[in-house]
Amino acid sequence: MTLEDLDAVDRRLINRLQDGLPLVARPFAAVAEALGITEGDLLYRLERLCEAGVLSRFGPMYHAERLGGGLTLAALAVPEYDYDEVVETVNAFPEVAHNYRREHELNMWFVLATETPERIAETIAGIEAATGLPVFNMPKEEEFHVRLHLPV
Amino acid sequence: MKTTNDLEFAATGATGATGATGATCHAPSAEAERRLRGLLEQGLPLDQRPWRTLAEQAGMAEDQVMTCVRRWQADGMIKRLGLVVKHRRLGIQANAMVVWNVPDERVAEVGRRLARETAVTLCYRRPRRLPDWPYNLFCMIHGARRERVEAELADIVERLGLGGLEHRVLFSTHAYRQCGGRYVREGEA
Repeated sequence: MTLEDLDAVDRRLINRLQDGLPLVARPFAAVAEALGITEGDLLYRLERLCEAGVLSRFGPMYHAERLGGGLTLAALAVPEYDYDEVVETVNAFPEVAHNYRREHELNMWFVLATETPERIAETIAGIEAATGLPVFNMPKEEEFHVRLHLPV
Repeated sequence: MKTTNDLEFAATGATGATGATGATCHAPSAEAERRLRGLLEQGLPLDQRPWRTLAEQAGMAEDQVMTCVRRWQADGMIKRLGLVVKHRRLGIQANAMVVWNVPDERVAEVGRRLARETAVTLCYRRPRRLPDWPYNLFCMIHGARRERVEAELADIVERLGLGGLEHRVLFSTHAYRQCGGRYVREGEA
Protein backbone atom coordinates (compact mmCIF):
# COMPACT_ATOMS: atom_id res chain seq x y z
CA MET A 1 0.00 0.00 0.00
CA THR A 2 1.36 3.42 -0.89
CA LEU A 3 0.09 6.96 -0.58
CA GLU A 4 -1.84 6.57 -3.82
CA ASP A 5 -3.90 3.72 -2.37
CA LEU A 6 -5.35 5.90 0.37
CA ASP A 7 -8.72 7.42 -0.34
CA ALA A 8 -9.75 10.87 0.84
CA VAL A 9 -11.32 9.53 4.03
CA ASP A 10 -8.20 7.50 4.91
CA ARG A 11 -6.13 10.61 4.50
CA ARG A 12 -8.34 12.77 6.67
CA LEU A 13 -8.42 10.01 9.25
CA ILE A 14 -4.64 9.64 9.37
CA ASN A 15 -4.10 13.38 9.47
CA ARG A 16 -6.64 13.83 12.23
CA LEU A 17 -5.46 10.94 14.39
CA GLN A 18 -1.81 11.94 14.27
CA ASP A 19 -2.87 14.80 16.52
CA GLY A 20 -4.17 12.46 19.16
CA LEU A 21 -7.36 11.03 20.50
CA PRO A 22 -9.95 12.69 22.73
CA LEU A 23 -10.06 11.36 26.27
CA VAL A 24 -13.68 10.28 26.21
CA ALA A 25 -15.15 6.83 26.72
CA ARG A 26 -15.74 6.30 23.00
CA PRO A 27 -12.94 8.27 21.37
CA PHE A 28 -13.22 6.63 17.96
CA ALA A 29 -16.92 7.46 17.82
CA ALA A 30 -16.12 11.10 18.59
CA VAL A 31 -13.52 11.28 15.83
CA ALA A 32 -15.76 9.43 13.38
CA GLU A 33 -18.55 11.89 14.00
CA ALA A 34 -16.20 14.81 13.36
CA LEU A 35 -15.14 13.19 10.09
CA GLY A 36 -18.71 12.40 9.05
CA ILE A 37 -18.29 8.61 9.02
CA THR A 38 -19.50 5.86 11.34
CA GLU A 39 -17.50 4.47 14.23
CA GLY A 40 -17.55 1.04 12.59
CA ASP A 41 -16.18 2.40 9.31
CA LEU A 42 -13.42 4.23 11.17
CA LEU A 43 -12.36 1.16 13.15
CA TYR A 44 -12.46 -0.96 10.01
CA ARG A 45 -10.24 1.52 8.17
CA LEU A 46 -7.78 1.66 11.06
CA GLU A 47 -7.53 -2.11 11.18
CA ARG A 48 -6.97 -2.28 7.45
CA LEU A 49 -4.24 0.40 7.60
CA CYS A 50 -2.54 -1.43 10.46
CA GLU A 51 -2.63 -4.71 8.58
CA ALA A 52 -1.22 -3.05 5.49
CA GLY A 53 1.70 -1.88 7.62
CA VAL A 54 0.95 1.79 7.06
CA LEU A 55 0.33 2.43 10.74
CA SER A 56 2.46 0.88 13.38
CA ARG A 57 0.38 1.48 16.43
CA PHE A 58 -1.84 3.88 18.23
CA GLY A 59 0.32 4.68 21.14
CA PRO A 60 2.03 7.13 23.40
CA MET A 61 5.26 8.93 22.84
CA TYR A 62 6.79 8.83 26.26
CA HIS A 63 9.05 11.51 27.58
CA ALA A 64 12.24 9.55 28.30
CA GLU A 65 13.61 11.94 30.90
CA ARG A 66 10.36 12.17 32.82
CA LEU A 67 10.23 8.38 32.93
CA GLY A 68 13.66 8.47 34.49
CA GLY A 69 15.43 7.24 31.38
CA GLY A 70 18.16 8.61 29.16
CA LEU A 71 17.98 9.55 25.49
CA THR A 72 20.53 10.98 23.13
CA LEU A 73 21.50 11.35 19.50
CA ALA A 74 25.05 10.34 18.62
CA ALA A 75 27.15 10.02 15.50
CA LEU A 76 30.25 8.26 14.22
CA ALA A 77 32.54 8.92 11.28
CA VAL A 78 32.93 5.39 9.98
CA PRO A 79 35.49 4.48 7.32
CA GLU A 80 33.58 3.14 4.30
CA TYR A 81 35.48 -0.13 4.18
CA ASP A 82 34.47 -0.83 7.78
CA TYR A 83 30.89 0.34 7.58
CA ASP A 84 29.04 -3.00 7.62
CA GLU A 85 31.11 -4.31 10.46
CA VAL A 86 30.60 -1.17 12.54
CA VAL A 87 26.83 -1.32 11.93
CA GLU A 88 26.86 -4.78 13.40
CA THR A 89 29.00 -3.76 16.35
CA VAL A 90 26.86 -0.73 17.17
CA ASN A 91 23.54 -2.50 16.71
CA ALA A 92 24.69 -5.23 19.06
CA PHE A 93 24.06 -2.69 21.84
CA PRO A 94 20.41 -3.06 22.87
CA GLU A 95 20.39 0.64 23.83
CA VAL A 96 20.54 1.57 20.13
CA ALA A 97 16.97 2.35 19.13
CA HIS A 98 17.48 3.89 15.69
CA ASN A 99 20.47 3.76 13.41
CA TYR A 100 20.72 5.56 10.09
CA ARG A 101 23.32 6.09 7.47
CA ARG A 102 23.49 9.74 6.44
CA GLU A 103 25.34 11.64 3.76
CA HIS A 104 28.15 13.34 5.66
CA GLU A 105 31.61 12.56 7.02
CA LEU A 106 29.67 11.74 10.18
CA ASN A 107 27.91 8.97 8.33
CA MET A 108 26.33 6.91 11.11
CA TRP A 109 23.66 8.45 13.34
CA PHE A 110 21.98 6.58 16.13
CA VAL A 111 19.61 7.20 19.00
CA LEU A 112 20.43 5.72 22.39
CA ALA A 113 17.61 5.06 24.83
CA THR A 114 18.52 3.83 28.29
CA GLU A 115 16.75 3.03 31.53
CA THR A 116 18.77 5.59 33.46
CA PRO A 117 20.56 8.79 32.40
CA GLU A 118 23.89 7.43 33.71
CA ARG A 119 23.67 4.49 31.36
CA ILE A 120 24.11 6.83 28.34
CA ALA A 121 27.75 7.58 29.21
CA GLU A 122 28.45 3.91 29.88
CA THR A 123 26.94 2.88 26.56
CA ILE A 124 28.93 5.53 24.68
CA ALA A 125 32.13 4.36 26.34
CA GLY A 126 31.21 0.81 25.36
CA ILE A 127 30.63 1.78 21.72
CA GLU A 128 33.90 3.69 21.60
CA ALA A 129 35.76 0.71 23.00
CA ALA A 130 34.07 -1.75 20.64
CA THR A 131 34.52 0.32 17.46
CA GLY A 132 37.70 2.21 18.25
CA LEU A 133 35.97 5.35 16.98
CA PRO A 134 35.10 8.51 18.91
CA VAL A 135 31.37 8.95 19.48
CA PHE A 136 29.98 12.43 18.91
CA ASN A 137 27.35 12.74 21.60
CA MET A 138 24.71 15.37 20.91
CA PRO A 139 22.00 15.23 23.56
CA LYS A 140 18.97 17.45 23.23
CA GLU A 141 19.49 20.81 24.93
CA GLU A 142 16.21 22.41 24.04
CA GLU A 143 13.15 21.21 22.21
CA PHE A 144 11.11 23.52 20.04
CA HIS A 145 7.48 22.44 19.90
CA VAL A 146 7.61 18.96 18.44
CA ARG A 147 4.62 18.03 16.42
CA LEU A 148 5.44 14.99 14.37
CA HIS A 149 2.65 15.30 11.90
CA LEU A 150 3.02 14.09 8.35
CA PRO A 151 0.13 15.20 6.24
CA VAL A 152 -0.77 12.45 3.77
CA MET B 1 -25.51 16.18 10.69
CA LYS B 2 -26.04 13.76 13.49
CA THR B 3 -25.31 15.29 16.83
CA THR B 4 -26.07 12.71 19.45
CA ASN B 5 -23.79 13.62 22.21
CA ASP B 6 -24.09 10.70 24.51
CA LEU B 7 -20.66 9.40 23.66
CA GLU B 8 -19.19 9.59 27.10
CA PHE B 9 -21.98 7.77 28.80
CA ALA B 10 -23.19 5.53 26.02
CA ALA B 11 -22.77 2.25 27.81
CA THR B 12 -22.38 1.00 31.30
CA GLY B 13 -18.90 -0.29 31.88
CA ALA B 14 -18.51 -3.84 33.05
CA THR B 15 -15.99 -2.58 35.54
CA GLY B 16 -18.53 -0.37 37.24
CA ALA B 17 -16.81 2.81 36.13
CA THR B 18 -18.94 5.84 36.61
CA GLY B 19 -18.11 7.49 33.31
CA ALA B 20 -15.44 9.66 31.87
CA THR B 21 -15.18 12.09 34.70
CA GLY B 22 -16.62 10.06 37.52
CA ALA B 23 -14.73 10.15 40.77
CA THR B 24 -13.20 7.02 42.19
CA CYS B 25 -12.85 6.33 45.85
CA HIS B 26 -9.36 4.93 45.67
CA ALA B 27 -6.37 5.45 43.45
CA PRO B 28 -5.02 2.58 41.38
CA SER B 29 -1.97 0.82 42.78
CA ALA B 30 1.50 1.64 41.49
CA GLU B 31 1.63 -1.88 40.13
CA ALA B 32 -1.60 -1.36 38.15
CA GLU B 33 -0.25 1.93 36.78
CA ARG B 34 2.92 0.19 35.68
CA ARG B 35 0.86 -2.48 33.93
CA LEU B 36 -1.16 0.21 32.20
CA ARG B 37 1.98 1.95 30.99
CA GLY B 38 3.24 -1.30 29.52
CA LEU B 39 -0.07 -1.96 27.81
CA LEU B 40 -0.22 1.56 26.39
CA GLU B 41 3.27 1.16 24.93
CA GLN B 42 1.96 -1.70 22.81
CA GLY B 43 -0.71 0.53 21.42
CA LEU B 44 -4.29 1.40 22.13
CA PRO B 45 -6.79 -1.37 21.35
CA LEU B 46 -8.84 -0.58 18.28
CA ASP B 47 -12.29 -1.07 19.69
CA GLN B 48 -15.25 1.03 20.73
CA ARG B 49 -14.17 1.37 24.34
CA PRO B 50 -10.38 1.29 24.27
CA TRP B 51 -9.97 2.73 27.78
CA ARG B 52 -12.29 0.12 29.21
CA THR B 53 -10.41 -2.68 27.44
CA LEU B 54 -7.14 -1.39 28.87
CA ALA B 55 -8.78 -1.09 32.27
CA GLU B 56 -9.81 -4.72 32.21
CA GLN B 57 -6.30 -5.79 31.22
CA ALA B 58 -4.59 -3.60 33.82
CA GLY B 59 -7.00 -4.41 36.62
CA MET B 60 -8.31 -0.87 36.95
CA ALA B 61 -11.56 0.95 36.36
CA GLU B 62 -12.19 2.71 33.06
CA ASP B 63 -12.26 6.14 34.65
CA GLN B 64 -9.04 5.41 36.52
CA VAL B 65 -7.35 4.63 33.22
CA MET B 66 -8.58 7.88 31.71
CA THR B 67 -7.51 9.81 34.79
CA CYS B 68 -4.03 8.28 34.61
CA VAL B 69 -3.65 9.05 30.92
CA ARG B 70 -4.88 12.60 31.47
CA ARG B 71 -2.40 13.09 34.29
CA TRP B 72 0.49 11.63 32.26
CA GLN B 73 -0.33 13.95 29.40
CA ALA B 74 -0.64 16.95 31.71
CA ASP B 75 2.67 16.32 33.45
CA GLY B 76 4.43 15.67 30.16
CA MET B 77 5.26 12.02 30.62
CA ILE B 78 3.19 11.29 27.55
CA LYS B 79 4.11 13.83 24.94
CA ARG B 80 1.60 12.64 22.44
CA LEU B 81 -0.92 9.87 22.20
CA GLY B 82 -1.81 9.36 18.63
CA LEU B 83 -1.36 7.46 15.46
CA VAL B 84 2.14 6.41 14.49
CA VAL B 85 2.54 6.38 10.73
CA LYS B 86 5.16 4.17 9.11
CA HIS B 87 6.18 6.77 6.66
CA ARG B 88 8.71 4.65 4.81
CA ARG B 89 5.90 2.23 4.03
CA LEU B 90 3.88 5.10 2.64
CA GLY B 91 6.68 6.07 0.34
CA ILE B 92 7.87 8.99 2.45
CA GLN B 93 11.53 8.10 2.17
CA ALA B 94 13.43 11.31 1.67
CA ASN B 95 14.20 12.20 5.24
CA ALA B 96 16.45 15.13 5.73
CA MET B 97 18.16 16.17 8.90
CA VAL B 98 18.91 19.84 8.38
CA VAL B 99 21.59 21.20 10.70
CA TRP B 100 22.28 24.87 11.29
CA ASN B 101 25.10 26.85 12.80
CA VAL B 102 23.19 29.59 14.62
CA PRO B 103 24.76 32.25 16.86
CA ASP B 104 23.89 31.23 20.42
CA GLU B 105 21.87 34.37 21.10
CA ARG B 106 19.59 33.62 18.13
CA VAL B 107 19.15 29.87 18.44
CA ALA B 108 15.94 29.92 20.49
CA GLU B 109 14.28 32.39 18.15
CA VAL B 110 15.30 30.50 15.00
CA GLY B 111 14.31 27.18 16.59
CA ARG B 112 10.85 28.47 17.45
CA ARG B 113 10.32 29.83 13.96
CA LEU B 114 11.49 26.63 12.27
CA ALA B 115 9.27 24.54 14.52
CA ARG B 116 6.23 26.48 13.33
CA GLU B 117 6.84 25.39 9.74
CA THR B 118 4.51 22.57 8.71
CA ALA B 119 7.31 20.84 6.80
CA VAL B 120 9.43 20.64 9.95
CA THR B 121 8.62 17.60 12.05
CA LEU B 122 11.20 17.87 14.82
CA CYS B 123 13.42 20.70 15.99
CA TYR B 124 16.08 20.54 18.70
CA ARG B 125 18.98 22.54 19.98
CA ARG B 126 22.02 20.31 20.47
CA PRO B 127 25.65 21.01 21.42
CA ARG B 128 28.30 21.80 18.84
CA ARG B 129 31.26 19.42 18.69
CA LEU B 130 34.04 21.66 17.51
CA PRO B 131 36.06 21.64 15.38
CA ASP B 132 34.31 18.86 13.44
CA TRP B 133 30.71 19.77 14.02
CA PRO B 134 29.73 23.45 14.27
CA TYR B 135 25.97 22.90 14.05
CA ASN B 136 23.77 23.57 17.09
CA LEU B 137 20.23 23.46 15.70
CA PHE B 138 18.72 20.34 14.16
CA CYS B 139 15.42 19.92 12.37
CA MET B 140 13.86 17.15 10.33
CA ILE B 141 11.97 17.49 7.07
CA HIS B 142 10.27 14.41 5.67
CA GLY B 143 9.03 13.97 2.16
CA ALA B 144 8.38 11.49 -0.58
CA ARG B 145 11.06 12.84 -2.86
CA ARG B 146 14.38 14.51 -2.33
CA GLU B 147 13.65 17.33 -4.78
CA ARG B 148 10.48 18.14 -2.89
CA VAL B 149 12.29 18.29 0.44
CA GLU B 150 15.01 20.48 -1.05
CA ALA B 151 12.40 22.82 -2.50
CA GLU B 152 10.63 23.03 0.86
CA LEU B 153 13.88 23.86 2.59
CA ALA B 154 14.73 26.51 0.01
CA ASP B 155 11.31 28.03 0.55
CA ILE B 156 11.80 28.08 4.33
CA VAL B 157 15.26 29.63 4.05
CA GLU B 158 13.88 32.36 1.85
CA ARG B 159 10.72 33.13 3.79
CA LEU B 160 12.43 33.12 7.20
CA GLY B 161 15.46 34.99 5.87
CA LEU B 162 17.89 32.29 7.00
CA GLY B 163 20.16 32.50 3.98
CA GLY B 164 22.98 33.94 6.09
CA LEU B 165 23.10 30.91 8.39
CA GLU B 166 25.48 28.10 7.53
CA HIS B 167 23.51 24.90 7.20
CA ARG B 168 23.75 21.40 5.75
CA VAL B 169 21.26 18.78 4.67
CA LEU B 170 21.94 15.20 5.69
CA PHE B 171 19.62 12.81 3.89
CA SER B 172 19.34 9.36 5.37
CA THR B 173 20.20 6.67 2.87
CA HIS B 174 19.56 3.56 4.91
CA ALA B 175 17.83 2.62 8.15
CA TYR B 176 19.77 -0.11 9.93
CA ARG B 177 17.53 -0.13 12.93
CA GLN B 178 14.24 1.51 13.64
CA CYS B 179 12.71 -0.24 16.56
CA GLY B 180 11.87 2.44 19.05
CA GLY B 181 13.61 1.31 22.21
CA ARG B 182 11.76 1.17 25.38
CA TYR B 183 11.50 4.86 26.06
CA VAL B 184 11.94 6.15 22.59
CA ARG B 185 9.42 8.16 20.83
CA GLU B 186 9.20 7.64 17.14
CA GLY B 187 11.17 10.36 15.56
CA GLU B 188 13.33 10.30 12.64
CA ALA B 189 12.69 8.37 9.91
